[in-house]
Amino acid sequence: MPRPSPMNSSRRRFLIGAGALAASATIPNALFAYTGGSSRLVVVILRGALDGLAAVPPYGDPDYAGLHRELAIAAPGAPDGALALNNTFGLHPSLSFLHERFSAGELVVFDAVASPYRDRSHFDGQNVLENGLAKPIGTADGWLNRALAALPRGGGPAGGRGGDRAVAISQNVPLILRGEAAVISKSPQATPDVDEDLLARLADLYSKDDWFSARLSDAVQTEKMADGAADVSGMSKQTAGAGAGYPNRVAAVARMASELMRSDGGPEIAVIEASGWDTHANQGGAKGILATRLAGLDQGLKSLADGLGPLWPKTAVLVVTEFGRTAAVNGTRGTDHGTGGCAFLVGGAVRGGQVIADWPSLRRTALLDNRDLRPTLDLRSVFKAVLDEHMHVAAKPIANRVFPDSSGARPLQGLIRA
Amino acid sequence: MQAEIAVLRFGLGAKPGDLAAATAEPRAWLLSQIKGPVPLAVNSPLAPSDQIFAGLVAARDERQKMKQASATESPDAKVAFNAIREAYQPHYRAQVLARAQSAALTMRPFAERLVHFWSNHFAVSADKGVVCGLAGSLENEAIRPHVTGRFVDLLTAVEQHPAMIAFLDNQYSVGADSTAARFASRFASRSNSDDTGKPKRQFGINENLAREILELHTLGVNGGYHQADVTSFAQIITGWSIGGGKGRLAGGVPGRFYFRDNLHEPGPKVFLGKTYTEQGQRQGEAVLADLARRPETANFIATKLVRHFIADDPPPAAVDRVARAFLKSGGDLPQVYAALIESPESWDVNARKFKTPEDFVFSTLRALNVSPAQPEEVIRSFDLLGQRQYTPGSPAGWPDTSKSWDGSDALMHRVLWASRVGARYESGVEPTDLAAASLGAYARPETLTALRRAATSAQAVALLLMSPEFQRR
Repeated sequence: MPRPSPMNSSRRRFLIGAGALAASATIPNALFAYTGGSSRLVVVILRGALDGLAAVPPYGDPDYAGLHRELAIAAPGAPDGALALNNTFGLHPSLSFLHERFSAGELVVFDAVASPYRDRSHFDGQNVLENGLAKPIGTADGWLNRALAALPRGGGPAGGRGGDRAVAISQNVPLILRGEAAVISKSPQATPDVDEDLLARLADLYSKDDWFSARLSDAVQTEKMADGAADVSGMSKQTAGAGAGYPNRVAAVARMASELMRSDGGPEIAVIEASGWDTHANQGGAKGILATRLAGLDQGLKSLADGLGPLWPKTAVLVVTEFGRTAAVNGTRGTDHGTGGCAFLVGGAVRGGQVIADWPSLRRTALLDNRDLRPTLDLRSVFKAVLDEHMHVAAKPIANRVFPDSSGARPLQGLIRA
Repeated sequence: MQAEIAVLRFGLGAKPGDLAAATAEPRAWLLSQIKGPVPLAVNSPLAPSDQIFAGLVAARDERQKMKQASATESPDAKVAFNAIREAYQPHYRAQVLARAQSAALTMRPFAERLVHFWSNHFAVSADKGVVCGLAGSLENEAIRPHVTGRFVDLLTAVEQHPAMIAFLDNQYSVGADSTAARFASRFASRSNSDDTGKPKRQFGINENLAREILELHTLGVNGGYHQADVTSFAQIITGWSIGGGKGRLAGGVPGRFYFRDNLHEPGPKVFLGKTYTEQGQRQGEAVLADLARRPETANFIATKLVRHFIADDPPPAAVDRVARAFLKSGGDLPQVYAALIESPESWDVNARKFKTPEDFVFSTLRALNVSPAQPEEVIRSFDLLGQRQYTPGSPAGWPDTSKSWDGSDALMHRVLWASRVGARYESGVEPTDLAAASLGAYARPETLTALRRAATSAQAVALLLMSPEFQRR
């Protein structure tokens, strides 16, 4: 089991209580100067099960058009056709930023990939995606939180003061980041006018309640970080990350993530969530409901890259969903819950320009349960590779603590630039 | 502490006088509330769902006409889009306001909490187009009349409510062998598209509603069913639809549940090893009746009730007691609730739930003895606190464990909201009296000290609302 690090405990002790709160406000930021050097990781969770056969159309598969019918994306070159990746796969035409990154050698596309989960419940599927086990129950913490405990210290922005190293860009922390290691949360919705005196009194009131005092000190510290980020980016606190002017929610959330990660002492790891992928009816093809969602995701990823700016070369962004959708269109011009799907790894640190897919084909006989794309790659092989090559987590904790019982899922290699 | 537990944990938080009313017989105070339907506690003129639905359809038709009239997006199209929003937004706002007022004022707060519990169990999300104006209708029309009745009646009313049918896409789920599908294939040309160039629609099922009934409403995800059962159940409920429509689809009362026989997959079907030979609509109803008496369902419902009322990790003894009452009574809900009240685990003073934003807002309204007058007050509050009413996003509903609500950023939003509430509702009541009336014996000495030392009465209210004892139930 991961243990709370001594640094986190001492920081909590330091911040608990009104006096400490006041003291922390007077310490100059220069003490926490960013030393640079370490890798950045952003995990984007697409909740609701993205249709991988729409996001990464396998236009070269002879059965694709017949199964996906009006939802299929045409071959590159045709009107509204796919953006070519190679002779078999393309990207949905809404994913122009991702395609640009592919051409620049910064995007790896995974296909016929799935978590170990083989049933079709969103909620269990998301649990498996996030808990890092082969089954939906069995632990209350997430694999990324367990990885935090094994992350090398020092060199990174947080190494000097033992601050929280991961942030969830939401009011609350999703399962993937829950656990013993301290993490913070920050939604794009600003909390502009909380009275300092009230906060000090609350810190006092919470002094005998560890649960509340830990959260309050985290919240106060994160507010300061966001203030700093707003100063750096030249935005007022009221507008920083508030979502105003951003074309969609994903972009607002991505912007918040990049601001925090760029701030002094900011986190190295961020988790973003986007929902709305459960396209059971009227999914649409090159245009329509899913196309609009994908365009929002694409713009969000671009906002993230733009926002991270000089950090982008050190960044890997992992985009994952709980499972894929049925190969055939259902009776309501949509798709039902499936199994194999796609995932993306994009960023300046990524050795991109590759499609990793041991393609099982969409022949009737090749489909899982006569309906789903058969997975040939375990998502944990991707997660492990990112933790190993990018975040430099040692092999032993990855195998024993982060992904127990995963010996069958060997880490991929060569996903990150040397 | 028993009165505090009854009022704070089982109810919606204490209004002045609630703790006194429950003190003598806390259990009897709870049991007296679960007799008969549970209408809204306020007299609110909410439109019925068929009327809301008809308004929405009319607005959509209007937009369609405008689209056809002008090839490009014209200012008229924008007007038409606003007309669609106008068709459902006022209903959403009115429903949200009525819900908050009812929570603030009801004298049956335990029954009201049960309504909220079932509304979340049978969740629809108002952020899906057509559902926006209908989510509150589902709660008021399908849940309130049956919350103290039999589970099977509650289940059937919910699955046949237009909000649920639309939310989980069942209205156009078509049996491949249905009259409509056979008619279409007989007259279909060989080409793969119709004369507008759009690919022809392939008739078939949509398994969304069937899967979620099994996974989320009855058996639970490990309830022993397989993909074949999901597919079969989806075929069984083909035809469960909404009245209205045009041309060959015209039929039924617009906006009300309507069984479309011509979309229904005919013939007997096997589900969970049993062959159902009923005809038409009755086949699905027979399945629901069987699902409602299965031990997996009893266990799933009991687990959720115990998690909601007692602890994030449901004590197995309490789950077992409630599940047995469910099975023994054939899903008679008052007997199920009574078993919950009789479980010793319910009265453990150390088992306290961290409030959801909904719990927090409603218990604040009751503590301050105020009822919101405008929907915007309620909507803004829930937007800020991250639980916009009727929008859990997924059919699983809002999560019911503290881990899903206890982020540091969420806490900061609660502080902000509490400080605004404090500034807005200066009650004139001594803060320590407010604490006594709303928390009773749960109020800790250090909280009372902090209230006495507060700089302003507004700050005292904020401190009370943010005290650990007020944040838990």
